[in-house]
Amino acid sequence: MATNKIIVENLSLQYSDGTESLRDISLQIPVNAITVLFGPAGGGKSSLLRCLNRLNDLTEVQTISGKILLDGENILDPKTDVIALRRRVGMVFARPVVLPMSIRQNLTYGLELAGEKHKSKLEEAVERSLKLAALWDEVKDRLEDPAIALSGGQQQRLCLARVLANQPEVILLDEPTSGLDPISTGKVETALQGLKKNFTIILVPHSVQQAARAADYAAFFLQGELVEWAEGKEIFTHPKEKRTEDYVEGRFG
Amino acid sequence: MKRRFTVDRFIVQRMGISLIALAAILTVLPIIALFGYIIAKGAPAVSWQFLTAMPSNGMRAGGILPAIVGTFYLTLGTAIFSVPLGIAAAIYLAEYAKENWVTRLIRIAIINLAGIPSVVYGLFGLGLFVLFLKFGTSILSASLTLSIMTLPVIISAAEEALRAVPQSFRTVSISLGGTRWQTIRKIVLPQALPGIMTGVILGLERAAGETAPILFTGAAFFLPKLPGSPLDATMALPYHLFVISTQVPEMPLQIQYGTALVLIIFVLGMNLIATIIRFRARAKRQW
Repeated sequence: MATNKIIVENLSLQYSDGTESLRDISLQIPVNAITVLFGPAGGGKSSLLRCLNRLNDLTEVQTISGKILLDGENILDPKTDVIALRRRVGMVFARPVVLPMSIRQNLTYGLELAGEKHKSKLEEAVERSLKLAALWDEVKDRLEDPAIALSGGQQQRLCLARVLANQPEVILLDEPTSGLDPISTGKVETALQGLKKNFTIILVPHSVQQAARAADYAAFFLQGELVEWAEGKEIFTHPKEKRTEDYVEGRFG
Repeated sequence: MKRRFTVDRFIVQRMGISLIALAAILTVLPIIALFGYIIAKGAPAVSWQFLTAMPSNGMRAGGILPAIVGTFYLTLGTAIFSVPLGIAAAIYLAEYAKENWVTRLIRIAIINLAGIPSVVYGLFGLGLFVLFLKFGTSILSASLTLSIMTLPVIISAAEEALRAVPQSFRTVSISLGGTRWQTIRKIVLPQALPGIMTGVILGLERAAGETAPILFTGAAFFLPKLPGSPLDATMALPYHLFVISTQVPEMPLQIQYGTALVLIIFVLGMNLIATIIRFRARAKRQW
């Protein structure tokens, strides 16, 4: 078993409106691999993602208990520097949200927030991140264009590149291809396979098929509970739990 | 039977549309009439000399320069106080404040502030700025009074403009390691700026045209020279119009209408600027 980048211990989460989102989750996320969190809607996958970069701070959370260890440090500790955390743990959302500025400015935005002013470093980050996200060839001649002019698939890869420009360690992806056509989806998936050599990737897929294609490790979530987690090959061919088997084979969800 | 019923409905619909169309036309007519009347009566009086000369012969001749300059100063003074305060308050309400009884109270206060008659602001300004704080009858007192009156307009418009910026921009900026303030400064404010500017100008426009709030706080009946400091009293277009229309015997009508025309152009000019800003921003907007 590979080293674990993130260890989740007995994590429970309840929102202020009374809905319970996560119930006693314990899970290990190996470094340099794609871990897939899958299951029907409302299972708590996105809630878990939003805990991992403390984006849940923006939402009304009633209670949260347990631990999330990133490289051994509990990020749920109130003393955690969330700004630094969010640079280490980047996130790509379901809908591509490009900021209302040029392609280049979208990419340098995160670094400029951190106070990076050296032009050469920003330039280098733009090129490096676009290449990693397999977007460089398509946009290298029009970096000053407004990002909104890109197609949906390009916008989502720009969002991925924007996260990569921050040089994170972990990348969270919340159904990143849900609005994309199959060709764009393929490009994103290929890019992710290339990225896992250097990053720890946690993906909420938009279908079981995508889960099976992408997963090195997979965790099945059902109504706030982690039903089982294992290596991807294992869980999609020989699930231990009946509920996992039913879902994987398309009997519900 | 059935056929007649459909025809009836059709006629009723036509009549309904005609009625509301008529209502729409009726609302525009008085504005056009008012405009046409004032232009027709006042335009002959307006000349370069009218705009740039001091009044003479007990204001019955000469120009209205001190009133124009005074209204400009008052509008500027109002902007200096109300714009930073109003925008800051709007940022707090839209971006930071939690929904609880304190913010509800603030909102109710703002709405009620907007509904207070302007003469009451005038009296309040007299009591607070002129007498208690001893600023005297001055541009400073009048600007502060007008600022209080303008604040609710600016706060409401700015808050609305800030809230119109998509929430997803904020989430993305925070997720990339931005603080709240960085997010506001780099994303939210620039995107909301045209809307805020529009609200600011509309608020100032109202202030520029008001008479009652400056009546006791800064407006002078007649001054032989232009104000030299914020602590001087000043003439102003709306109050000057009131004075020459009611207080000066044997006042030539043409000068009254000419003054009214200048005031309207001043106010509508600001309105036009607001419209242009809004229009250009809408064309450039990327969301």
